[in-house]
Amino acid sequence: MSSEAASRRRALSGWGRTVPTGADVVLPAVGDDVSRALAAAGPRGIIARGLGRSYGDAAQNAGGAVVDMTSLDCAVAADWETGVVEVDAGLGLDKLMELVIPHGWFPPVLPGTRNVTVGGAIAADIHGKNHHVDGSFCDHVVSFDLLAPSGTYTGVSAATNPEVFWATAGGMGLTGIVTRAVLQLVPVETAYMTVATRRIPHLDELMETMEATDAGHRYAVAWFDSLATGANLGRGILMHAEHTRLDDLEPARRHEPLDYSAPERVQVPPLPVGVVNRFSIGAFNWAWYTKSPRNPRTAVESVPAYFHPLDGVTDWNRLYGPRGFLQYQFVVPFGAEATVRYAVERLAHGGAASPVTVLKRFGRANAGMLSFPMEGWTLTLDIPTRTRGLAAMLDELDQHVLAAGGRIYLAKDSRVDPDVFAAMYPELDRWREVRAKLDPDGVMRSDLARRLRLV
Amino acid sequence: MQDALGKVDSLLVLGGASDIARATALAFVERGARVVVLAALESDKAAAEENAAALRAAGAATAEVVGFDAWADPDEHQRFVDGVFGHYGDFDVVHLAWGVLGDQDRNSRDARAALAELRTNLTGAVSLLMPIANRLEQQGHGTAVVMSSAAAERPRRSNFVYGASKVGLDYVAQGLQDRLQGTGARVLIVRPGFVKTKMTAGMAAAPLAVDAGDVARIIVEGVATGKEIVWAPPLFRWVMSGLRHMPRAVFRRLPI
Ligand SMILES: Cc1cc2nc3c(=O)[nH]c(=O)nc-3n(C[C@H](O)[C@H](O)[C@H](O)COP(=O)(O)OP(=O)(O)OC[C@H]3O[C@@H](n4cnc5c(N)ncnc54)[C@H](O)[C@@H]3O)c2cc1C
Ligand SMILES: NC(=O)c1ccc[n+]([C@@H]2O[C@H](COP(=O)([O-])OP(=O)(O)OC[C@H]3O[C@@H](n4cnc5c(N)ncnc54)[C@H](OP(=O)(O)O)[C@@H]3O)[C@@H](O)[C@H]2O)c1
Repeated sequence: MSSEAASRRRALSGWGRTVPTGADVVLPAVGDDVSRALAAAGPRGIIARGLGRSYGDAAQNAGGAVVDMTSLDCAVAADWETGVVEVDAGLGLDKLMELVIPHGWFPPVLPGTRNVTVGGAIAADIHGKNHHVDGSFCDHVVSFDLLAPSGTYTGVSAATNPEVFWATAGGMGLTGIVTRAVLQLVPVETAYMTVATRRIPHLDELMETMEATDAGHRYAVAWFDSLATGANLGRGILMHAEHTRLDDLEPARRHEPLDYSAPERVQVPPLPVGVVNRFSIGAFNWAWYTKSPRNPRTAVESVPAYFHPLDGVTDWNRLYGPRGFLQYQFVVPFGAEATVRYAVERLAHGGAASPVTVLKRFGRANAGMLSFPMEGWTLTLDIPTRTRGLAAMLDELDQHVLAAGGRIYLAKDSRVDPDVFAAMYPELDRWREVRAKLDPDGVMRSDLARRLRLV
Repeated sequence: MQDALGKVDSLLVLGGASDIARATALAFVERGARVVVLAALESDKAAAEENAAALRAAGAATAEVVGFDAWADPDEHQRFVDGVFGHYGDFDVVHLAWGVLGDQDRNSRDARAALAELRTNLTGAVSLLMPIANRLEQQGHGTAVVMSSAAAERPRRSNFVYGASKVGLDYVAQGLQDRLQGTGARVLIVRPGFVKTKMTAGMAAAPLAVDAGDVARIIVEGVATGKEIVWAPPLFRWVMSGLRHMPRAVFRRLPI
């Protein structure tokens, strides 16, 4: 008997918990269930969903089907000599880390949460704190298997099938469903990070310091206080990090240098109202800044403490209350520092309080047609949707970003204007051509695709 | 698709010549809606066309008028709903905005007038709301905006048939809100007090009277934030709650 995958109508939303929509959620028990679901897709189409960590509506499909890929999460093969692993697309990076770190290997790119799947990482071509050195996730994907409505593509690599590869990298699931991927990991000697932290009192100085010093470090990112204005505008904390070498590990830890375990997680109950507001954020930002060491300091930290401090609390997105929040992330080329500064000032004066504002310098872009990263500054803010005047404020900032030659990130978006988005991604039409070959009848659909008229 | 900050793309208005509907559609268009379909009685089509022109001038890419009558039978209503969704595709918002405020003295003298009011405001509305809710459920998103009234809170001598029509509609809409949980489709119930429109023209404005633009803003905000019930003005919620608990003997003597 063939296994019939269960399907149930459910309301889904992204990490920002805005605009839930109803879809028939398919839980595949075996790989063939995915192709069966694709073949059975109705007029409202189908889309893959990973761990739902995109902020907006990328992994939902109102009135259609959504395939929850997280049940297909096996590691198929691993070569511990070369650090090449083959995994199911539903495998989470959290599990991947547990699997590979003890063997001295590390995911090539980690986002700010380890709760994302390999499929989601490919679909958004995610970036980490090492982008300026290592590029984005798909730069480390040796190949993947893609179930597209027009057929199955196995072993797609940037060399053998660049069109399909680079349309799928960053293509937000709209070219088909990735079922397997072969990844090249990076070698590490320990499961620890050597982190250098310094406090910088103003945005201009922060940016100058990043420009002067980032290149010498594998991981580089700055956090700053989005509510500080005037002389304190953009006061922040710059963090540089490397994988700790065995020799640099304190002797007590040296006998088990690759010991990795993520801490137990604390849960947030559903709250009737948001507790994240201008005042709590102001206090949080102030505390974070003032508790950071006044003088530069270097310390050895665990991987979770450095990469994923937020993952210690599950469902922290509930703190924003039932109305949810959004993340605004853009990149502008080097030389457009004034745009970054303008955005910071505009949001601070507009009362758009953000508890996690992150500034980072990206390295070169890859060939992903809808991939987000490009050489330049990227700024990221979490903002409660109830912030007054937010829609107009972000629309205005989009215009500045566009004029500077920059763009916003689809994995985070839940509100950009469709025409503005198209102008930000000049390769959109080429992507549409490739997609038309992979999905001539427009079966792959998502709320994001409808909202932005991508398909 | 509605975005995270409440911008919607497409809007279907039943009662496209209503003053509240016009103001609401304009408010949605100002916030970025591109497609508006105005459904109106044959006799209202000229007024609806004027509203369509105003919507296009405000930036709507498409603003078109189609015919509908709340008095048509359920089969025709089903055909109307299928036709308009079939032709235009998804609607993010469906505004059920038509209605009549009958003359209570006449209703008391002539039961046929009372039934006509119930037919327009209640049975006609249920006959359309059911297939609309089913459509929204199928498409997995969208909000039906239902015009209830503060008059649904407690019967008043001056308009109890109108009140009965609105309380019936309000109950059906509340039931649908429960039924649609988890489907992505939603219902927003709007309970205005006195709104200065052609419906109330010639009547002395009651305390806390608002105009159609105020109701429009409250509706747009309610859709954006996923509210279930909104009052216009918001204060009316507390006023009515006070009146509701007033002893009947006292309430009866109020000049309302
Ligand atoms: C706290 C936090 C921090 C973050 N930090 C970063 C960061 O630093 N850098 C960064 O780049 N991103 C970051 N993100 C965003 C996140 O990495 C991306 O949104 C990622 O795509 C989420 O993966 P997922 O498995 O949850 O996918 P989902 O959110 O479920 O889906 C995202 C997209 O991937 C598609 N997809 C999922 N699986 C497949 C598949 N098997 N085949 C084809 N398409 C598929 C979906 O259709 C959808 O379009 C962060 C998110 C959070 C919540
Ligand atoms: N105004 C208020 O104080 C107030 C307060 C609370 C609730 N409301 C409700 O809000 C809604 C809109 O009111 P409004 O003030 O904007 O009223 P309006 O301007 O008078 O509009 C109502 C519209 O409904 C139309 N209509 C009447 N019978 C119909 C039928 N059988 N089929 C289709 N359309 C029909 C009317 O057409 P004709 O003009 O040709 O009859 C009119 O264009 C109504 O449901 C009303 O009950 C209003």
